[in-house]
Amino acid sequence: MPAAVKLMPRPAEAARTPIIQLQEIEKVYAARDGNPVQALAPVSLEIGTGEFLTIVGPSGCGKSTMLRLVAGLIPRTRGRLLMRRQEISGPQRDMGIVFQTPVLFPWRTVLDNVLLPAEVLRLPPAKSRARALELLEIVGLSDFAAKYPFELSGGMQQRVAIARSLVHEPSVVLMDEPFGALDAMTRDTMNLEIMRIWREAGTTILFVTHSIPEAVFLGERVVVMTPRPGRIAEVIDVELPAQRDIDIVNTDRFGVYVRQIRAHFNAKGLD
Amino acid sequence: MDSSDYSTGPAPGLLRRRPEIVLIPLLFVLIIGSWHGVVKGLAIPDYVIPAPGQVATAFWSGVTSGSYLAHAAYTLSEALLGFFIAAFLGTLFGTLIAQSRIIERTLYPYLIVIQTTPKIAIAPLLIIWFGFGITSKIFIAATVAFFPILVNVIAGLRSIDAEKIELMRSLKATKWQTFRMARLPSALPTIFAGLKVAIVFSILGAIVGEFVGSKVGLGNLILQANVNLDTAGIFGVLVCLAIMGITLHLVMEWLQRRLVFWTASARSGDY
Repeated sequence: MPAAVKLMPRPAEAARTPIIQLQEIEKVYAARDGNPVQALAPVSLEIGTGEFLTIVGPSGCGKSTMLRLVAGLIPRTRGRLLMRRQEISGPQRDMGIVFQTPVLFPWRTVLDNVLLPAEVLRLPPAKSRARALELLEIVGLSDFAAKYPFELSGGMQQRVAIARSLVHEPSVVLMDEPFGALDAMTRDTMNLEIMRIWREAGTTILFVTHSIPEAVFLGERVVVMTPRPGRIAEVIDVELPAQRDIDIVNTDRFGVYVRQIRAHFNAKGLD
Repeated sequence: MDSSDYSTGPAPGLLRRRPEIVLIPLLFVLIIGSWHGVVKGLAIPDYVIPAPGQVATAFWSGVTSGSYLAHAAYTLSEALLGFFIAAFLGTLFGTLIAQSRIIERTLYPYLIVIQTTPKIAIAPLLIIWFGFGITSKIFIAATVAFFPILVNVIAGLRSIDAEKIELMRSLKATKWQTFRMARLPSALPTIFAGLKVAIVFSILGAIVGEFVGSKVGLGNLILQANVNLDTAGIFGVLVCLAIMGITLHLVMEWLQRRLVFWTASARSGDY
């Protein structure tokens, strides 16, 4: 498939320099009864610069825990977390995050919501404003800059959240099931949009989802996780054309990846 | 916005959509009419219950003689000054208490004791300490208005959803930034509910203060009328107080709609 190869401009996996490295990272919670619960068994993973990496698994597999560990929102029990080969702990200014819900501030206009990270980080206002307007253009909300969140639909609100996660031009954007609350059709549109944004912005994206087709559709690599304790079962290189449209989900190749991932959950009696 | 969804049939008239526009004055006429009927029919003496006409005459003479204006200005200043002191101190202490669980838990039993004690009961003490002038009334008004504000400031600052805090944390926001950009605006609707209760309480405090010991004010005017068995005069002052209360309530409503416009109640005009 020479056409597909030509459409994949990114370097091969091995050649890509890692931006985030998880080395034997483990998370143990103290449960209510005092017994420790292992939310995440020691996991190791490298995320390449500019990569779109998806993490898929059923609830309780530790995928959100892993994302929140990388975001620095919760402390790790053991292991090392590196960004550009430097050990890090706590939130990083060079990261953006999109949660399951939009988490917009209802008293701020759409534009001011997008500008929130720039304000917190005290970036130059004029330049940030231009960047925010550009991002609103990219997510198709230019006409809504002066509106308030309650005037927008759920899908539009989540697009504002995506624009907000990019305004301070972070190298890494973490997305925790951002489209989980949206209906199937809006979700397809958002998936196409997020791919376009990724190609245009060139950011590294770590995307958590419980939808297998979504993980295959978006990811250059898919990290498959299984629960009790949460651990990585397999990392799959998705060799599909970089320029994808929604019809790709009907191709044989796509189906093979979906079945390969599902097999992990079926084997564990999950689905 | 919602009512425009009815696309069939002619647009309903103003009266059909808002029948209360006619029903409210109709009920007023009904109440005044029955009041008049009962007083005249049962030949109730003036000094027990005056007829509506006598109340109107007493009210009108109070307005035209300038007596209401002078006394109302005095009572209103006491109430408003007390309210502003309560708003300032309530917000200040509420914010300080909300900063720390330890402070809150330590002060909690004391706050409950003070809150459940009728503050009005200390009015005679405050008259002893601050005299018959305006100062003692301001203190009484401030005392009764303080607690609804304090309690709502604490509850409001505590009520913020965890995700907003998490978003601010992911941006490495300072404590002050998190307070200014997320906590305080989140708390505003709750704080406003407290302010609306407090402004009514502050008038109550001022009047009670005037009952206990004063030379001027609407409360004092009621006492004077009481001594003279001028029941119509008392009713006249009550009308004056009702107008004052409604005006302050409407001002607060207006402020609420402007300052916390994003809440559902502010948008629909319900309260």
